[in-house]
Amino acid sequence: MIEVIDSKRCTGCNICVHACPTNVFDVNGPVPVIARQQDCQTCYMCEAWCPEDALYVSPFADTPEIVDLAALQASDTLGSYRHALGWSKDRAERPSAAL
Amino acid sequence: MARHDRRPELVSKAGGQHEYRADVLIIGGGPAGTWGAISAAQSGASVLLADKGFCGTSGATAPSGTGVWYVDPNPEKREAAMASREQLGGYLQDRKWMSRVLDRTYDNIHQLTEWGYPFHVDQLGFQRPGSLMGPEYMRLMRKRVKQAGAKILDHSPALELLTDDNGAVAGAAGIFQHSGERWIVHADAVVMATGGCAFLSKALGCNVLTGDGHLMAAEAGAELSGMEFSNAYAMSAAFASVTKTRFYDWATFTDADGAPIPGAQSKGGRSVIARWLLKGPVYAQLDQADAATQAAMRLVQPNFFLPLDRAGINPFTQRFPVTLRLEGTVRGTGGLRIVDESCSTSVEGLYAAGDAATRELICGAFTGGGSHNAAWAMSSGFWAGASAADFARANASPQRAGTRKGTVALRSGKARAFDPAKVTRAVQDEVFPFDRNYFRHGPGLQDSLSRLDHLWRDIATTDAADALHVVKAREAAAMVATARWMYRSALERNESRGMARRLDFPQLDAGPRYRVHSGGLDDVWTRRNTIAEPAVLEAAE
Repeated sequence: MIEVIDSKRCTGCNICVHACPTNVFDVNGPVPVIARQQDCQTCYMCEAWCPEDALYVSPFADTPEIVDLAALQASDTLGSYRHALGWSKDRAERPSAAL
Repeated sequence: MARHDRRPELVSKAGGQHEYRADVLIIGGGPAGTWGAISAAQSGASVLLADKGFCGTSGATAPSGTGVWYVDPNPEKREAAMASREQLGGYLQDRKWMSRVLDRTYDNIHQLTEWGYPFHVDQLGFQRPGSLMGPEYMRLMRKRVKQAGAKILDHSPALELLTDDNGAVAGAAGIFQHSGERWIVHADAVVMATGGCAFLSKALGCNVLTGDGHLMAAEAGAELSGMEFSNAYAMSAAFASVTKTRFYDWATFTDADGAPIPGAQSKGGRSVIARWLLKGPVYAQLDQADAATQAAMRLVQPNFFLPLDRAGINPFTQRFPVTLRLEGTVRGTGGLRIVDESCSTSVEGLYAAGDAATRELICGAFTGGGSHNAAWAMSSGFWAGASAADFARANASPQRAGTRKGTVALRSGKARAFDPAKVTRAVQDEVFPFDRNYFRHGPGLQDSLSRLDHLWRDIATTDAADALHVVKAREAAAMVATARWMYRSALERNESRGMARRLDFPQLDAGPRYRVHSGGLDDVWTRRNTIAEPAVLEAAE
């Protein structure tokens, strides 16, 4: 399920609010909020559409997970799915590295 | 070709309700809906597409990767492609439809190439002109819908259909999820492309697929077909949502102690796994994939590895627990009954496409999962959109009031509401368990139906839900209705054919083949429709 919106990276474009097919986010000031986490279907679409790599969807579909944002930032996990899809502007080819 | 001729109009915004006028309304923005919108617009119609979520990410295709039933127009290859599925499908397919879907799919794939979809080919045959990366495909389709001149309403679930005095469908009404305001669209034709029903199982991308279109169409009098083909389960890591059964073709399945499970396979041995899961955990390890295959898997289906990588599991070297998530009719083949080549339903002015429609015409009794459903979605969407545009042109009516056809959670009742979450859990308790839905038998189906019928009677008399709860209430009602059509149809078919197996009737009925039609809300009915032509003999000649 969606766990984190990194407020340092988020520009408040609200693309995730629109792109989420199950309406999990709400517009709320400068950074959107995860308003209905229980409706998240763990489809990773918000991550794929976020141009700032500011979101993290945990792999656990049925249970919330406590995540360490600093560790995620340090490990390049944020944005790894978008990279794998070849949707990052800074990478021409799809990598086969671990996600 | 009169493209960009006509646009949908916003007629009024009085009283918190947005009133639109369009020639064609498409409900649902997955592959079928987007192909439908483009096709209708190219036929000169003004088109409005309303998606419950976001056109481009909604539905089973967008977050996945899928093959497509794409076959070169070589008569021998086409013959083989059709013949290979007939036995699996219990000979309920229709050659005429299989052939026209293969033709249409071939043309549509080439259209995608022209539009710039980046198809690849490699030696392993993983990426081919018939293999689609969901996020890329659906992002492109959203763009093409807009370029065709259609208007998209995102986060705008339809709640009910409208019909005119003759019973023909005349539009739909719904809600904007973000504002809570209401919308109504007066249209001369409607395409139902809402997908199937997976009962909120969290199978990848499937939680927007709750049978909403089945319910709305049935409320307007539409019939369904093949609802007994609705017990598809797909494999995922036990903790994860990414269902990709195909990759488990390279797996070895083991029990809690690490001992191999006899007969367990992703294909042909999935029921063994389901039986084992009733007793305890099942583990998989993709130890049969060589290095080249592993690399190819990562390239074509990065999302398969996403949950595993994040959970710190190397699926090629480590065992991990797996489960089977219900995909219901999404990977089954049942849905709204199609009455002719236009993809019309049994209600005038209402067309059905993609997983909302029955896929028995090309898949028969066997799962349409993956490539066949993808081919069906782009073909039926294309036809339904064009047919709806033609119908709208022939039956244009500037002033159509329209009667609202919605029932549960939309009309006033006995001054009480119901809890959608509670009703949803009650339906899931009937359709998730392997020993109810995967392994069906008459007494078990009757037992579930008595509770489901009771559940329907209970919610049918409640009040209209408020703006905050109406979408979930309608989803819950649609799931109750869908489960009832499924199990009544399963009872009607007292034999085992394709995926519709009955423990109490394990054999294929050697008598005349038939499809099971169904419908009704308060009183659910089923009817056998015998297939007249001897398709098996024709195929052999």
